[in-house]
Amino acid sequence: MKKSTKTLCSCIALALLVGFLLYMETLKTTQGMAVSILQKGAIFSIAAVSMNLLNGFTGLFSLGQAGFMAIGAYVTAIFTIPTEKIVAVYYMNGVSEGIMSIKRALSFLPEPVLVLLALIAGGLVAAGFAALVGIPVLRLKSDYLAIATLGFSEIIRALISSPQMDKITNGSYGLKNIPGFGGENGLGCLLVPFGIAALCIVIMVLLIRSSYGRAFKAIAEDEVAAEAMGINLAHHKEMAFVISSFFTAVAGGLLAMYMRSIEAKTFQVILTYDILLIVVIGGIGSVTGSVIGAFLVTASKEWWLRFFDTPLKIGNFQVPLLRTGFRMVIFSLLLMAVVLFWRRGLMGNREFNWDDIPRFGRWVKRKFTKTPATEGGERNG
Amino acid sequence: MAENVLHVENVTMQFGGVIAVNSLTMDVNQGEIVALIGPNGAGKTTAFNVITAVYEPTNGKVAFYHKPMVENYPKGKMKKLYAGQNSSAYTQSISPTPDKITRLGIARTFQNIRLFKSLSVFENVLIAKHMRAKQNVFSATFGLNAKEEARMRAETIALLEEQDLMHLKDEIAGSLPYGLQRRLEIARALATRPKLLLLDEPAAGMNPQETEDLGAFITQIRDKYKLSILVIEHHMDLVMEVADRIYVLDFGKLIAQGTPSEVQDNPDVITAYLGVDEE
Repeated sequence: MKKSTKTLCSCIALALLVGFLLYMETLKTTQGMAVSILQKGAIFSIAAVSMNLLNGFTGLFSLGQAGFMAIGAYVTAIFTIPTEKIVAVYYMNGVSEGIMSIKRALSFLPEPVLVLLALIAGGLVAAGFAALVGIPVLRLKSDYLAIATLGFSEIIRALISSPQMDKITNGSYGLKNIPGFGGENGLGCLLVPFGIAALCIVIMVLLIRSSYGRAFKAIAEDEVAAEAMGINLAHHKEMAFVISSFFTAVAGGLLAMYMRSIEAKTFQVILTYDILLIVVIGGIGSVTGSVIGAFLVTASKEWWLRFFDTPLKIGNFQVPLLRTGFRMVIFSLLLMAVVLFWRRGLMGNREFNWDDIPRFGRWVKRKFTKTPATEGGERNG
Repeated sequence: MAENVLHVENVTMQFGGVIAVNSLTMDVNQGEIVALIGPNGAGKTTAFNVITAVYEPTNGKVAFYHKPMVENYPKGKMKKLYAGQNSSAYTQSISPTPDKITRLGIARTFQNIRLFKSLSVFENVLIAKHMRAKQNVFSATFGLNAKEEARMRAETIALLEEQDLMHLKDEIAGSLPYGLQRRLEIARALATRPKLLLLDEPAAGMNPQETEDLGAFITQIRDKYKLSILVIEHHMDLVMEVADRIYVLDFGKLIAQGTPSEVQDNPDVITAYLGVDEE
């Protein structure tokens, strides 16, 4: 395909997407499930791409995502809970004076600006934590790094729910009354998360394509050789870790806005595993893979497989096994199938390209017409 | 006499009770091709790793253009364990990271080729340009360094053309045949603009014809890029052909040094090396 055709295709796809989102926004009341899946998918795609930046592109196997998301979520929540409601939220312990004075100082800002500011602040706080934690932790390799970052994320969770932090994080009571996406009439409930997600992902893609991105890839490929090429390992690993944490925290902030109420329990290790799952399914080292994975996994986990949860009777026959929670069994089986047939994730380490569509068509045709493969098969990543 | 480029002085590398390199002293002068030879396990690659700061030597000093670059003395646990000589000759400890050595102007290749295997040939060479760029992460991300990026790319293309690798620009490095991977690794090292090039067994796995070509190639890049070259090699033909001077290591110790003909006739070398490992 020619380059201009591809650009045209991309523009059309983008316009269609925006149109679709605007249309879905008007259906918010009737299609609540679809809207919330789309919101969650957008949020998880940021988290997945930022995890991929670290795990796929820089080769640092970190499992601290939940911790950084928690930081982002709490900072965003504290900033955005309306000042008049905040006393009610902290009814058990009272609010710290520091928070109140910050909120009063920022009260002149219109809400959208405040939300953006809150998300960035959450990201910066998380980035600060990452910078501190990174210095000792990033000396570790592979599994050991994973364990250390996992420990960090649990420490954050414990800190948040500890009684000493009551006046700031409301301890184990969690935070409520966080404003959701968009205004009262639901306008922007999809465009806001998608817009922020697109912005974050575009920035990360630009980073990956820059000279620094190449340095990250070099580190992932071979640390010794990267060092021999003059790349300072400690410096670049720290940079990748901090940047990834920033965007993870932005995703955490959006998650807080999506859920409207958060508590420390929300950010258990399982959240990290969910993101890891998306990254692996999408393909380690593929941004488009992560985005596709985020929507696929969220949708199939929470929506498409719902019917497995409700008991079903056909005539007199009670279909066995169908009960609450059974969809997770099916989901796990599907995951195994995906991993077996696409060993390197759906996209491998390739990115989506408009050429893929005719190629995919040929692949399907070959599969179903069963002609003997003469080209030696597609290169699958 | 030509200027001294690399000065290795009393370098001892001890791992636990094993002395891999024992009080090695050697020099590389401007424009020279110096070979480091010796039987398997003689400590040649360890010496390379000390020079490029992959290992911190137990004792000794390495200077680059008369500036101390790596220096260490036995300390900590090694104070007791140290079995080498000159244990009190050095008092300071300089241990840079390998990337700093590369930035100073020493590039190396590896015995077992270490390319960025799933990146393209072009990217492999382009990465070497990263360290000298003045950009920061923000300007690079948002394309504010377009001029610099363009310069890096142009330099990479120029180098690939010089090295006759241009037609392979978009190939994945890992899919190249062995000989080309070696060539690419040398090209990548040249892209860091070194003053001193360290080649670790560049002829390993090559047939006699390729080895002969490699000899000509090494001399050619020395002249073209005004390099000094330190090469570890097993192929005696190649060493005798290209080297101005030779150092012979055996069990970590320097047993002979001199011009190829001097070394060739040295009885110690014949017993230790040539007599045993003739192919």
